Amino acid sequence: MTKVTKREFLIVATGAAAAALVGTPNVALSAERVQARIDEFLGGQTAQEGGLTLEMPEIAENGNTVPLSVSVDGEASENRYVESLLVLADGNPEPGVATFHFTPMSGEQRAATRMRLAKTQNVVALAKMNDGAVMKAETLVKVTIGGCGG
Amino acid sequence: MLSRREFLQVGAAAGALLGSGGFSAPAFARQSVAQEDLLAFNPVGNVTLLHLTDLHAQLVPVYFREPAINLGVGEVAGLPPHITGEQFLSRFGLGPGGYDAYTMASVDFVSLAKTYGRVGGLDRIATLAKAIRAERPTQTLLLDGGDTWQGSYTALASKGADMVTAMNALGVDAMTAHWEFTYGTDRVEELIETMDFPFLAANVRDTDWEEPVFEAYQMFERNGVQIAVIGQAFPYTPIANPRYKIPTWSFGIRDKELQETVDEARTEGADLVVLLSHNGFDVDRKLARRVSGIDVILTGHTHDAIPEAIAVGETLLIASGSHGKFLSRLDLDVQGGKIRDYAYRLIPVLSDVIAPDPEMAAVIDGIRAPHQATLSRVLGRTDSLLYRRGNFNGTFDDLICDALLAERDSQIALSPGFRWGATLLPGQEITVDDVYNMTAITYPNAYRVEMTGETIKTVLEDVADNLFNPDPYYQQGGDMVRVGGLGYRIDVQEQIGSRISDMTLLGDGTPIDADKTYIVSGWASVNEGTEGPPIYDVVSQYIQKQGVVSLEPNDNVRIAGL
Repeated sequence: MTKVTKREFLIVATGAAAAALVGTPNVALSAERVQARIDEFLGGQTAQEGGLTLEMPEIAENGNTVPLSVSVDGEASENRYVESLLVLADGNPEPGVATFHFTPMSGEQRAATRMRLAKTQNVVALAKMNDGAVMKAETLVKVTIGGCGG
Repeated sequence: MLSRREFLQVGAAAGALLGSGGFSAPAFARQSVAQEDLLAFNPVGNVTLLHLTDLHAQLVPVYFREPAINLGVGEVAGLPPHITGEQFLSRFGLGPGGYDAYTMASVDFVSLAKTYGRVGGLDRIATLAKAIRAERPTQTLLLDGGDTWQGSYTALASKGADMVTAMNALGVDAMTAHWEFTYGTDRVEELIETMDFPFLAANVRDTDWEEPVFEAYQMFERNGVQIAVIGQAFPYTPIANPRYKIPTWSFGIRDKELQETVDEARTEGADLVVLLSHNGFDVDRKLARRVSGIDVILTGHTHDAIPEAIAVGETLLIASGSHGKFLSRLDLDVQGGKIRDYAYRLIPVLSDVIAPDPEMAAVIDGIRAPHQATLSRVLGRTDSLLYRRGNFNGTFDDLICDALLAERDSQIALSPGFRWGATLLPGQEITVDDVYNMTAITYPNAYRVEMTGETIKTVLEDVADNLFNPDPYYQQGGDMVRVGGLGYRIDVQEQIGSRISDMTLLGDGTPIDADKTYIVSGWASVNEGTEGPPIYDVVSQYIQKQGVVSLEPNDNVRIAGL
């Protein structure tokens, strides 16, 4: 009979979903780093809710590859476009996920990718417009052991 | 003709008169209730929806006890379906002792079961469906909410084919799914080829390109009304069940995409939009506020039986129970793309009262006869009520856990909080059929591993959050994982990580040590390659060794935060 550690059990139980428990991050440190990144991005602005949509599943099917889609209302134009769009995950060892850049020629201001989530955590998206205004969206994604449903 | 309320009162009065008279059960049920009583309905409008869900492959009548405990947290606390027992009867004005009380609540279950007999049976459901279709020939749509292909010996043996045969014979118009997916991608696709009606699932996408895998909806014309039926499969199938069986399919609630589908159906000319859902009741209640333009949600998954339609804004939610215990009839007057009037009845399928439909009876016999010797083999007898449904351990789960502890030589047993599984009355023989009704899954291996106390707590916390997260979108709709050899306290109002405390190893009464390892057995692991004998064999062997079992409810799980 084999001995199963907590980490192995989670990996066994969820497939890869919990694999990123390896190197569990210092939560307090991680939160501080996320806030520092947000503050740096805001550059003294206050982020507005609305206008930016962050779409992710409520519960991840596979924590190793969680789909993510971000979009800003309206098409890009010389007058109004997204300069940069930052995505952060507050429970990952490294909170930075991606930064997307758009131009007035971008058309639809939307980006989609997949990300790895170490555990249940908040994902934050921040979009900085060409006039300096910043929009924010946030969602909780649960990474669970699974099983027992139904 | 009696109104619904008058009818219920008559039923209740008749029930109350019975008390503990010495009638034999079937005879008594037949005397007090007639098939016409169950079909009694003041028809309304131009459309009739019939809803059947979570049959769990129960072709023949069973007993099924509704939960005595079904807690809701956050904004759903105290709302249906999170009221049980006497409170439930009082909320819906059901007198004690009637057949509605028997079928919809847990109060006085054993005594009422003896009075009214078994419930369900697809041949009885066929009789009801045929009668209603005869009455409403151009108006009726019969919809199956899924969890149809799994939950019995014959369903497992035929990999779901028996249920496709039976549901084709019933004349279902459309279905959605959950446990169907546990037969795996290839098998699901094979079985869909043999279906006479559409398999709808708007929320299933391929993992590569997020493209739809199944038809999202189907338009039906009934009596001049265009009806869009949208399918919503169980959103957390790859999490609650093995993802490796459906590795290329991705699920999720996807209410933004659902809104687009609703809008598309309206544009196509739908006068009525019906969501045939396997989300679970609380998820659908939230979804009804977030997605506009759905007239009716036929809910499923959480096995709730609610005798009234629940209105959320302009959307009606219907909850039709499980195991073939009920057939829902919803009559609608649809005018100008809106519901102007409706009438609803959750019809109890009392098997001793309803004449079996001969054609369906022949289909069922054709399915079961080749397996009859196995199905009817007696393993033992129970002296106590054996049931599963409820948020925490049921007595049949305690039996399964005892079997795991003994047969897999372990200190702690874990058994999944499934909501399916028929009930056995005190004195009943336990057959192979009965054991499979509790355990028939495609990933049955009973594992035996070492886990630390910390890991065990993590498992309990994780499952508890799937049940008691205040946001229904983060729930998975199962009950709490069942435990053997372990006691604990749970505060349902706490957050994940803080709900579980006072974990105790019952074998020696010592507190569970986070760093110590324990030998743990269990079944229904969602991970590929799990080793061990199938759980139905483990449980069967144990019952045979015991001969007679007796399991009374225990207080090994103490619940706080009610």
